[in-house]
Amino acid sequence: MTDMPVGERKQLAPPVDDSGPFGWTRKHLFSSWGNGITTLVLIVAVAWILSWFLEWAVFTANFTASTGSECRGGGACWALIREKARLIFFGTFPFEQQWRPFFAVIIMLAMLITTSDRRMWRPWRLLAIWSIGSFFTFLLMFGQLHIPLSLFLVVALVIGGVGMFFRKAIAQAGEMNTYRALAAIGLVGLVLLVLGILPNWKLPIAPFSYVETGLWGGIPVTLILATYGLLFAFPYGILLALGRRSNLPLIKGLCVGFIELIRGVPLISLLIMASVMLPLFLPTGVTFDKFLRAQVAIILFAGAYIAEIIRGGLQSLPKGQFEAADAMGLNYVQKTTLIILPQALRVVIPPLINTFIGFFKDTSLVLIIGIFDFLNTANQALVDPAWAGYPGEVYLFAAFVYFCFCYSMSRYSKYLEVELNKGTRR
Amino acid sequence: MAATARDLSKVPSVITLRGVNKWFGQFHVLSDINLDVKEGEKIVVCGPSGSGKSTLIRCINRLEEHQAGDLVVHGVPLTNDVKNIEMIRREVGMVFQSFNLFPHLTILDNLTLAPIWVKKMPKKEAEEIAMSLLTRVRIPEQALKYPGQLSGGQQQRVAIARALCMRPKIMLFDEPTSALDPEMVKEVLDVMVELAREGMTMLVVTHEMGFARAVADRVIFMDRGEIVEQNEPEEFFAHPRNERTKLFLGQILRHG
Repeated sequence: MTDMPVGERKQLAPPVDDSGPFGWTRKHLFSSWGNGITTLVLIVAVAWILSWFLEWAVFTANFTASTGSECRGGGACWALIREKARLIFFGTFPFEQQWRPFFAVIIMLAMLITTSDRRMWRPWRLLAIWSIGSFFTFLLMFGQLHIPLSLFLVVALVIGGVGMFFRKAIAQAGEMNTYRALAAIGLVGLVLLVLGILPNWKLPIAPFSYVETGLWGGIPVTLILATYGLLFAFPYGILLALGRRSNLPLIKGLCVGFIELIRGVPLISLLIMASVMLPLFLPTGVTFDKFLRAQVAIILFAGAYIAEIIRGGLQSLPKGQFEAADAMGLNYVQKTTLIILPQALRVVIPPLINTFIGFFKDTSLVLIIGIFDFLNTANQALVDPAWAGYPGEVYLFAAFVYFCFCYSMSRYSKYLEVELNKGTRR
Repeated sequence: MAATARDLSKVPSVITLRGVNKWFGQFHVLSDINLDVKEGEKIVVCGPSGSGKSTLIRCINRLEEHQAGDLVVHGVPLTNDVKNIEMIRREVGMVFQSFNLFPHLTILDNLTLAPIWVKKMPKKEAEEIAMSLLTRVRIPEQALKYPGQLSGGQQQRVAIARALCMRPKIMLFDEPTSALDPEMVKEVLDVMVELAREGMTMLVVTHEMGFARAVADRVIFMDRGEIVEQNEPEEFFAHPRNERTKLFLGQILRHG
């Protein structure tokens, strides 16, 4: 072979891989005496734990008892979960109306799942999915919505304004005129409202009985707090991160101050402040819903953390990217939305999803101010004296449900990393 | 100026620098620069590293801010007025040493981005221009790939096409071949030579003296923030007058 002329030499095949299941086992598990013994010991240990767990959770478990005292045999008392499932999932929501939170949860999951598909990432599509979905979610949860005229006007103004700004380059004249008209209607209407010329009519949509937020509980509460918390915290965090890098000292100072202030206190103290202290500062007669206050506290808190993660992404971009965008004549908003953020966000997907997972679980801290999230309703299931004595089952079940959500997020993060980096890196 | 292809003395200036000064902290990176660039003129700027040559051309489109003196580009005075800066940046294309393509966009999107967003050009028209420019730099088949899938030379040619997409009046090149593997330098220089032959006004920071000989109307030598010597290429290389120029040329031409 060696005396063959250069360039005519055959490409050599890689060395034969003699693995196979047997070879693999030998190579990785029994390559030496020490490794072999370790492998055996660990297999025995895992088998022992697993058999103990299966014995408890499946073979001697009781699935059908009607009270706690009927759960015998030392196995798990899954009958408790079965009995209390609706309390755990929907809390104190009126019992015969619990189909409403059920469908609200279905709608929210549907929104989340459709949004996770990259093909849905078009501003108008997302806006449509989330506004329609949220409308039905809250209609089901509250039962009645009284939509004030001002909301319609604000929406018209925002859609018109956003459209005018972002579609300026691409839109046809007709489309632009629609945006202009929408923005004008919104603006004029709001001015008239503020001046008191136009009464703030409310559009009542009331197909069901009203259920106040104090009665909400369980999975819908956790989902609403986490989903809307992060939904609003995300753009807010982006703005904070951009503000922190601003050249304008006032904006920069405000953003740094806010981020450091929020990061410097525990979420619990922020929640307590929102629930106990805020009402003291508000003028009498002005009340905010406690649920809304907790939601806002979570948004503010998550926003500060997300901002710091995104700042990391912004700093990881080479200076040349900013310079190239500048040299082309892109303005700040174009540079940020078209060049900088798409790259910066890609870089920070893993830590971002990590934070999302953290906050999904941290929503359970709202139990401190008496909001019944999923973990708290699971706790409530233990209160019933007829079923006393089986906390393990309930917490295990709650852990399992949390795990399902968090693990899906984790897998999604993996998928996103692969999907977004397709073709962009060698 | 007898040796140049045409008499540049009657052509209007498109870039004028009068007493331009800049400091990085205490370091005087540009001191009292006076320069007139005529329409269609090709200038090669060379000099040792740290001599301020990159900073000089980066001041022209405000990637760096000059602290004293007047800088007029295409009749627009370069001030802190964002309007002026944006107007100048539309007329001035830039090619960087490290390409600076946008890695998250396809080659075609890299090219059409500025025409669509800055010039408000319809997408279809922008894509037609982009494809014709990619053909000109001889890589139309790469249009739908991402920058990371291209070789350095191809990326730099894309970067040139991207700058040309805005139909600039002036092109700045900041060491366009310095980050390239040696075998790719020629393909980029060929494109630049072609561009020069078509009459583009070009300011090129480079050490490619072959390129300077072939297309430059004028070679400028900078050292310690000053323009030490400038001349047409034949004279510049054959009879450098300043000692610093002789030293520099001796260093870079010894092996060339």
